Amino acid sequence: MGTPAPAVRAPVWRFRKPGIIPGFRLAMTVTLVWLVVMILVPLSGIFFQSASLGWEKFAALAMDRRTLAALGISFSSAFIAALVNLVFGTLVAWVLVRYRFPGRRVVDALVDLPFALPTAVAGIALTALYAPNGWVGGLLEPLGIRISYTQAGIVLALIFVGLPFVVRTVQPVMEEIDKEVEEASATLGAGRFQTVARVLLPSLTPALLTGFALALARGVGEYGSVIFIAGNIPYASEIAPLLIVIRLEEFNYPAATAIAAMMLAISFSMLLLINWVQARSRKRYGHAV
Amino acid sequence: MDVTLRKIAKEFGSTAALHELSLDIRSGELIALLGPSGSGKTTLLRLIAGLETPSAGTVMFGEEDAARRPVQDRRVGFVFQHYALFRHMTVLENVSFGLSVRPRASRPTASETRRRALELLDFVQLPGLGGRYPAQLSGGQRQRVALARALAIEPRVLLLDEPFGALDAQVRRDLRRWLREVHDRTGHTTIFVTHDQEEAMELADRVVVMSQGRIEQVGTPDEIHDAPASAFVHGFIGESVKLPVEIGQGIIRHAGRPLGLRAHGRGASTLYFRPHEISRIVSPGEGLSGTVVSYRRVGGLRRVELALGPDDGERVEIDIPAGEQVSTGDTITFRPTNWRLYPEPAADEGHRPLEVKYA
Repeated sequence: MGTPAPAVRAPVWRFRKPGIIPGFRLAMTVTLVWLVVMILVPLSGIFFQSASLGWEKFAALAMDRRTLAALGISFSSAFIAALVNLVFGTLVAWVLVRYRFPGRRVVDALVDLPFALPTAVAGIALTALYAPNGWVGGLLEPLGIRISYTQAGIVLALIFVGLPFVVRTVQPVMEEIDKEVEEASATLGAGRFQTVARVLLPSLTPALLTGFALALARGVGEYGSVIFIAGNIPYASEIAPLLIVIRLEEFNYPAATAIAAMMLAISFSMLLLINWVQARSRKRYGHAV
Repeated sequence: MDVTLRKIAKEFGSTAALHELSLDIRSGELIALLGPSGSGKTTLLRLIAGLETPSAGTVMFGEEDAARRPVQDRRVGFVFQHYALFRHMTVLENVSFGLSVRPRASRPTASETRRRALELLDFVQLPGLGGRYPAQLSGGQRQRVALARALAIEPRVLLLDEPFGALDAQVRRDLRRWLREVHDRTGHTTIFVTHDQEEAMELADRVVVMSQGRIEQVGTPDEIHDAPASAFVHGFIGESVKLPVEIGQGIIRHAGRPLGLRAHGRGASTLYFRPHEISRIVSPGEGLSGTVVSYRRVGGLRRVELALGPDDGERVEIDIPAGEQVSTGDTITFRPTNWRLYPEPAADEGHRPLEVKYA
């Protein structure tokens, strides 16, 4: 009997010994410089801008009713859309991985379309469909259901742009699932539903979380596809990114940066939370964290 | 639980993985399915488990036709070569899984499930590891967990697919001995697949030797070794020397030289014998004679490679006592004491031996 793998250790703060493969210094330097120049400098610019406002002024701008409403709509819509995508994206990935049917490649390519399409095109198409005089909107209107110019429209647009993120993160992990694990579950007496719920889905958790996080992040920042179908009614269907643009057009730069800083803070803490959950579930599988 | 296979066959597309075969396994037996890769042994195991459906034939568990039951209801314990543990569950959750997925009516209470899982962990000698995740265990420990998980459902048959294939030699030997103990204590009808003849011979009550989707022979390790039913079995099990011979007038000859062995029939045939089952006592002008090409020490014997005939003809290996010194170029004359004749290879139908001779 070999020795068991050591239990997960507490993190130790030091550089991992780079080993004999050269290039660690160079690669690390490039990585850090790149991240600082491309991501950190622009983002910290927002903080410095808003910091120059002074705390009270910043709070007043950030706690403005219209700003809070826009932030609420942005984040809640992105959250709902990401949840919907989580369910249906997983289903799409499952069908693509597990079944062989004519036209599978076409369906597979179709999933990427929201990536490739200018989002404004998607927005206009969705608006044309769901507007009260559009094909679908026209059918829903007599039933008293409005999609366009409401939050439902925003969610719809975000579902459209977010779908590929879930499918493309879950798909490769699903392909890796060992068939024997499913067979083991079946020989132990688990029905198909139990196997899916208790064996397959839990092993997909890290990928599902990543897909969800990506779809959510994308949804929060989405602009082009939303503004057409949303109608942009303040307090009802106005998203935060649009409000920033509106403030900019009013030359109200302090207000724009304040909203941006709020978005940044919320997004960052959300992603941090998701990462933390992920790291926890990864640890279980014995991956290095 | 008796397991009976009747005229079972399996095709994948147009290729036959298993030709029609029948097999009776008695309750409580420990059976090895032995064969090279591609011999159909794993397919046979999966058919019994219900992980594959046969193209023809029936699988009976006792008096019951198992084909009517899907794999979930067959109550077979299946152990996979690569363990197939649920890696997001602790060891204890893995072992409890089979009990916790039962329909509500027959599901034991949570505390009862836990008690039985802990008991099984003790049984497979992994007490105290219930809280670990599979990734934190060694290969041998994982396979023990997989076995405990399979035993938890009180299987009617225990099936193991190359259970020790992924482990290193020392662990393999330990687990082999231990599996025999587990079998003797639980009394489950157990079928395991292996390509390792040593494993099959050491562990099994009976060995099923398979080749190319057919059963070549079923028998105890002694029967398989001492009375191989076909040229394939003779060549596959243990050490074998194979030599083309001709038979005429009741005498067996190799390259025109009589071997001092008698047989009926006539024509070309193939002689099989074990390297150690030879005698150096031969009548003048008879026996196999060759010059020593190389020699090496194998355990308590010295294995000598001989070239028969003048111009580096056929090569054979025989064993002589280790105490006896030889050097290259020496001439050694011998005759097999225990041998079998099989028809020319590739004569597909008549695998059966023509003539058997024990000294």
